[in-house]
Amino acid sequence: MEVKRIRTPLTDEVVLDLKAGDNVLFSGVIYAARDAAHKKLVELLEKGEEWPVDLRGQVIYYVGPAPAKPGQVIGSAGPTTSGRMDAYTPAVLEYGVKAVIGKGLRNEATRKALQDYKAVYLAATGGAGALLARTIKESEVVAYPELGPEAIRRLVVEDFPATVINDAYGNDLYAEGRNKYALP
Amino acid sequence: MRTVNVKLIVDAVAEMCKEANYFLGDDVIRAFEKGLAEEVSPVGKEVFKQLLENARIARDEKVPMCQDTGFAVLFVELGQDVHLTGGDFNEALNEGVRRGYTDGYLRKSIVKDPLERVNTKDNTPAVIHVEIVPGDKIKLTLAPKGGGSENMSAIRMLTPSQGTPGLVDFVVETVSQAGANPCPPVIVGVGFGGTFEKVAYLAKKALLRPLNQPNQDPFYAELEKEMLEKINKTGIGPQGYGGRFTALAVHVEVFPCHIASMPAAVNINCHASRHAERVI
Repeated sequence: MEVKRIRTPLTDEVVLDLKAGDNVLFSGVIYAARDAAHKKLVELLEKGEEWPVDLRGQVIYYVGPAPAKPGQVIGSAGPTTSGRMDAYTPAVLEYGVKAVIGKGLRNEATRKALQDYKAVYLAATGGAGALLARTIKESEVVAYPELGPEAIRRLVVEDFPATVINDAYGNDLYAEGRNKYALP
Repeated sequence: MRTVNVKLIVDAVAEMCKEANYFLGDDVIRAFEKGLAEEVSPVGKEVFKQLLENARIARDEKVPMCQDTGFAVLFVELGQDVHLTGGDFNEALNEGVRRGYTDGYLRKSIVKDPLERVNTKDNTPAVIHVEIVPGDKIKLTLAPKGGGSENMSAIRMLTPSQGTPGLVDFVVETVSQAGANPCPPVIVGVGFGGTFEKVAYLAKKALLRPLNQPNQDPFYAELEKEMLEKINKTGIGPQGYGGRFTALAVHVEVFPCHIASMPAAVNINCHASRHAERVI
């Protein structure tokens, strides 16, 4: 299987090189944020205030990890369903986040925002939280600790595997895959 | 009459929380192996490979297979000849969940109020279904339920004239619309008959049946097969990347219903079909 190894943060050039169906291995820093953190971040944008961490050019991973056992960096850490973030994603991409990782379908507004702001949506294997946690080498809560599993975390990853679903050109792996394998 | 101290229930539930989240059942593992061998999509095969590896890591390291360790849903069959002592029965079940999720390093995923959304920090309360049965035993079944697949579930109050096609269309349409969201390959629990609340309960209960153990009624066994085939023709595939394994099984649980009604419910479970059982 061909893979593209990518270091974060991302430039437009890197984003524009990614196509739906590409397999990617991310190394570097990515940020964990899901429902509750997104709500807070978008409220800050609406008020014209800065975010607690600068995420321009960065990658957001929709994950609420399980607690780490003693000796572990992080507990199981697979993706959560991305569609719940659709209400916030266009604003997050306009702000300057370059890639978001989760699992599942995105709405039209998000797919359009990915094209407008040159960004990309990828999926990691849902339910493979124990496997994915092995690629996370450091984990630190950097904002909203009161949200527990929904806090924003700075994760250092090595070869974190993800597949491009929606690229900056409007392609959609979910639609393409389904059409290819559907039977009458 | 048999006397049982609720402390036994606390300990059993705590252990079951860990067991269900760390150890994927052999029936599901076998279904993954079949998927790996038979899935025609290369990326779909790769998903099955990852899921098998993930289950192995979870089992060996005693870590949850998925970070969403779920809402603790408990089914209790309580023998009518059991006399419970030592405390509140419902509190014992919740205490077991509290201990299991805390000691087992499982995620606390429950918020106290749907709008205020403040985490209860110990994964309680559990959702508890109690059935009084003959005998002097207590059978506990824990099925931790993830939020992503639960969100894709649906109820429809079908009417009698819609018949079998009405049920089949509703089930296939619900799974088809869910697409990649509930972490396919999924297990589809279908409740059929009863009332509005009963049909949802039946759909959840259908998920407890071991994979590919068909309904005992040959008609419904055939219908389960037909719906599985239709779902797997959608092309959604493992993780929605395209392929032939969208669902691993469809289980239907049936109950009598009112002359005016034909309720149906679809409860979708992700591939991490987790449960643990104890008899006390």
